[in-house]
Amino acid sequence: MTVLDRVEGREKVTGTARYAFEYPVDGVAYAAAVQADVARGEVTAVDVLSARELPGVLAVLSCVDAPRLEPVPDGELALFQSARVSYRGQFVAAVAAETLETAREAARLVRVEYAPESADVVLRADHPGLYKPEKVNPAFPTDTEQGDPEGAFAASAVRVDATYRTPAEHNNPMEPHTTVARWNDDGSLTLWDSNQGATPVGETIAKVFGLGADQVHVVSPHVGGGFGSKGTPRPNAVLAAMLARAARRPVKFAVPRQQMFATTGYRTPTIQRIRLGADEDGRLNAIVHDVVEQTSTVREFAEQAATPTRVMYQAPNRRTSHRLVRLDVPTPSWMRAPGETPGMFALETAMDELAVAAGVDPVELRIRNEPDREPESGLPFSSRNLVACLREGADRFGWAGRDPAPGVRRTGRLLTGTGVAASTYPAYLRPSRATARAEPDGTYTVRLAAADIGTGARTALTLIAAEALKADAADVRVEIGASDLPGAPVAGGSGGTASWGTAVVRACEALAGRLNGGAVPPGGVEASADTTEEVKGREDYARHAFGAQFAEVAVDVDTGEVRVARMLGVFAAGRIVNAKTARSQFVGGMTMGLGMALMEESSMDERFGDFVNRDLAQYHVPVCADVRDVQADWIEESDPHLNPMGTKGIGEIGIVGAAAAIANAVHHATGVRVRELPITPARLLPRL
Amino acid sequence: MRPFAYERATTAEDAVARHAAGDGGGNGRGGTAYLAGGTNLVDLMRLGVAQPARLVDVRRLPLDRIELDTDGGLVIGAAVTNSDLAADRTVREGHPVLAEAVVAGASGQIRNLATVGGNLLQRTRCPYFQDAAKPCNKRNPGSGCPAREGEHHNLAVIGHSAACVATHPSDMAVALAALGASVRIRNAEGERTVSLDDFYRLPGGEPECDTVLEPGELITAVEVPPLGMPSRYRKVRERASFAFALVSVAAALDVDRGAGGGGAAGGEAGGGTIRDVRLALGGVAHRPWRARRAEDVLRGAPATRESFLRAAEAEMEAAEPLRDNGYKVPLARNLIVRTLTELGEGS
Amino acid sequence: MDSANFSGEAVPVHADITLRVNGRERALGVDTRASLLDVLREDLGLTGSKKGCDHGQCGACTVLLDGRRANSCLALAVAHDGADVVTVEGLAAEGELSPVQEAFIENDAFQCGYCTPGQLCSATAVLDEAARGWPSTVTADVSSDPVLDDAEISERMSGNLCRCGAYPGIVAAVRQAALRHRETAERTDA
Repeated sequence: MTVLDRVEGREKVTGTARYAFEYPVDGVAYAAAVQADVARGEVTAVDVLSARELPGVLAVLSCVDAPRLEPVPDGELALFQSARVSYRGQFVAAVAAETLETAREAARLVRVEYAPESADVVLRADHPGLYKPEKVNPAFPTDTEQGDPEGAFAASAVRVDATYRTPAEHNNPMEPHTTVARWNDDGSLTLWDSNQGATPVGETIAKVFGLGADQVHVVSPHVGGGFGSKGTPRPNAVLAAMLARAARRPVKFAVPRQQMFATTGYRTPTIQRIRLGADEDGRLNAIVHDVVEQTSTVREFAEQAATPTRVMYQAPNRRTSHRLVRLDVPTPSWMRAPGETPGMFALETAMDELAVAAGVDPVELRIRNEPDREPESGLPFSSRNLVACLREGADRFGWAGRDPAPGVRRTGRLLTGTGVAASTYPAYLRPSRATARAEPDGTYTVRLAAADIGTGARTALTLIAAEALKADAADVRVEIGASDLPGAPVAGGSGGTASWGTAVVRACEALAGRLNGGAVPPGGVEASADTTEEVKGREDYARHAFGAQFAEVAVDVDTGEVRVARMLGVFAAGRIVNAKTARSQFVGGMTMGLGMALMEESSMDERFGDFVNRDLAQYHVPVCADVRDVQADWIEESDPHLNPMGTKGIGEIGIVGAAAAIANAVHHATGVRVRELPITPARLLPRL
Repeated sequence: MRPFAYERATTAEDAVARHAAGDGGGNGRGGTAYLAGGTNLVDLMRLGVAQPARLVDVRRLPLDRIELDTDGGLVIGAAVTNSDLAADRTVREGHPVLAEAVVAGASGQIRNLATVGGNLLQRTRCPYFQDAAKPCNKRNPGSGCPAREGEHHNLAVIGHSAACVATHPSDMAVALAALGASVRIRNAEGERTVSLDDFYRLPGGEPECDTVLEPGELITAVEVPPLGMPSRYRKVRERASFAFALVSVAAALDVDRGAGGGGAAGGEAGGGTIRDVRLALGGVAHRPWRARRAEDVLRGAPATRESFLRAAEAEMEAAEPLRDNGYKVPLARNLIVRTLTELGEGS
Repeated sequence: MDSANFSGEAVPVHADITLRVNGRERALGVDTRASLLDVLREDLGLTGSKKGCDHGQCGACTVLLDGRRANSCLALAVAHDGADVVTVEGLAAEGELSPVQEAFIENDAFQCGYCTPGQLCSATAVLDEAARGWPSTVTADVSSDPVLDDAEISERMSGNLCRCGAYPGIVAAVRQAALRHRETAERTDA
């Protein structure tokens, strides 16, 4: 197994790795933004006089006087194009100034007047505005149905019918969404930007400003996390570029943490009703998963929360559905494993409830319902090792002999329990380009516009290239994170390394063919690849990674505090390219799942229409002390139907199922079934 | 943030004189504010919640010593950092509840900046107080209290008013309340000393005033009487560290184990009679909540779980929980019982 | 030099300060409102220290201020005139990584790297604080000197958020660095 230290490790521990805000750009000015104070209505007046008069202010823009932009599908990028306020916190004005302090003070001095309208901001299962979207993210059918799910459920010997709720959650990468924008003399635009894909960001921003794709240069070699929220350009990129044009100076803008909660995406809250009907042995006869979620009035985002239910378990009668309501809220978006994360919390908690109801061990219950083909599509799995993960995990966790009785293990004032849940995530592959170059000094340079947002992509691609070139990894340099490099897809859907790696392998193969064992000429040799055709030509398989997560919790009976004593995840995700960085991906996902289970919740105040706990003291993410013993391991898979590396993607599956494993452990510890996350003392203590 | 002038004071007298030379007022719009560690003031200035026009820096005043009285009491200078207070051997041995409370708060790096005086004066973390675009009677008197019907799951259950349901965020102050500490205050006329009980206010109709400090008054020290009995600080929060308390308890318990067996019949918690007890709660009220009703129930009572429960219930009878924070009542009750039981058992 | 201009609006107030940053004296003119973090990043070009929240809630800005770890976002530069500051750029002496930095790489104690400079400064200080016998909230008896076990390390590192979730690696790295720290100290004693 390969174990390579992160190749940019030294830069990151010495502080020399540059993130977007940190590029030295001559004459750069600072931006600050003004957010709407109403959740819905019209801006009737913007008084920028005192802001403009502040010494050091260079430009002020607002939704009543900003230059026109080209329309793009993502309405969140139509910055200052309308006096309409679609949600509280929407950017309505912005300032550029000589210093950050001046910019922020000037923004505070901008006076905006509104004609407010009553706003509708709370998701309800019986909301009259619920509708059926045409598809769910990214392009899945909205509803599916086979057999007679209602009838089969009603006729089942053992039934679970429960509703699960997950709150709005915010990605909260440590690096805020940031852009430094500079208009160049040739009319092109350079953006030092914090994103998950320089190519798509460049293409989109080019459209916004009516430029050719090659006129926008996006530079993003190091990105301080994204977790989906930097997968598409955000208003910060447009704002910096607009202000830079207005101020005739380069402008930089990092979205303040508090402003991120409205302007950089979040996971929709969900209300999910699950019905499981099984025979007395727990064999499923019916699965129904109905999801209710929100989107905004700005653009539709339909989280695919029920899609994992189409993949997981056999059952002849089944239905999934998604319903949305457009609320006067910020647009929800991708957050680590959108769809699978909330969906599998619901499904895997329901499976635990079924295990209890049927008196079947929860590991065994899942094994008993293992399908031999993808249940809804009927396609063969390219590989599926959920059962192996469950068995290996159970073995290593010490599951055997577990007393299923809830609420009976007490040590002092602590109740302890264990839980299990399954994980799944699709293995995507998207077209990418790459070049590989042999240098006369015996080294190689691989170039593509991939992104390393902390995933270890740069390190994995180095290993992939070295293997394809039969070279030492130390002789391979991988250049990524810029839109001027060969075009590459976003770091998203856990498909980055698979998609980029395929292009890298093909480019390296082409290079090896061109070299044909001969010497490298003084000018070097270069070869390129484009995997568009290869990706189109794939055979039909159901391609998914799977995993099993185990958790042990201790619940304080006096306080309702839940602490996770240990977690183990065992995953089957194809071939693991680099054990070292892969483990961090799995553990990182599981840790975010721990946060989802126990503390993460963005609280909407319906009178104001905004998330009130919008900072890192009030929106709790796990701290070091929350993570005691979180371990991840994997089963090596050899799957020829994926891509030349045999990889499935590892960035998201770690969060999938993690919250259910913890919630199931809380039930085992206490006998209390919490169907609404997070499991805080406020929710748990009154029920203990 | 709003531009401000900055001055550094050299002595407490100098600080007070400099403050008096300014526009008066607190750290609201305009006016002069004292700056010490800055961990809350700078935060609030950046939010636009505090907008002083002038800062008088008191961080480097010679108020950075911890002195031991002849009777075992402590005088803690206002500029002592939280870290130095918690690391002090005398404090750790003689007043462990104080050291425990300090290290239960914030993070290591914040404790290095934060000072004792500033800690006492930190403002509520109520989300509405911290958002300058929303009404809040504490920040903008008369504008209303959206927390009462809004997000208040971590706000007050006791002693609140129609105008304000904020909680005081300090851990240290809860321990100091239990310890019966006093605050030494400097003003233009000289010095005065106010017990912590009298120092903090309940919100009533004037939630903008957290304390009885007059404009320009400066905390110079905290006086802590000797303790002489086992003590403990317990804090419940929504993650394992670096979070404000949902509820916290500072307790000290002196049990006379030879006194006629009192409640020893119960056989629980080691038996004995409670000679003395100190109890304060955090996270439940506008100020650190000294649990005097519970203390009254406990003094002279047998040191049993039943007594502790009776006392806790007596204290929490006055609770008036809001829609979403009722859980704090059993939480406070349980935590009181738990902490006293542990102290009674000597564990 | 009064900034207050209450009828109109206030103008910035400037102050001249000196800082000793990573061993080098720096004389600067600053806006009184500027945080130490912004002065380091924007005026001195020391962008290793990061801004994650600007309110002391994430720890990404942690530096060693007069020998102790502190949130540089909450420290007004003007108030720390004359201070000694060590940033992540100053941890590696003459290009040689410190034991903490080495241990972070070896244990993959970071992913995106944005919180890492703060984690490193914090970890460096944790070793010192533990050596001085400072207690933490998980120290069973605050009157005794703590032993820097995993529970102590994770509590003491909890002021530095890592959204990537590299905490197990961080704890392992600090544990490893603490061991090397002690070995070095013992060799020096010998």
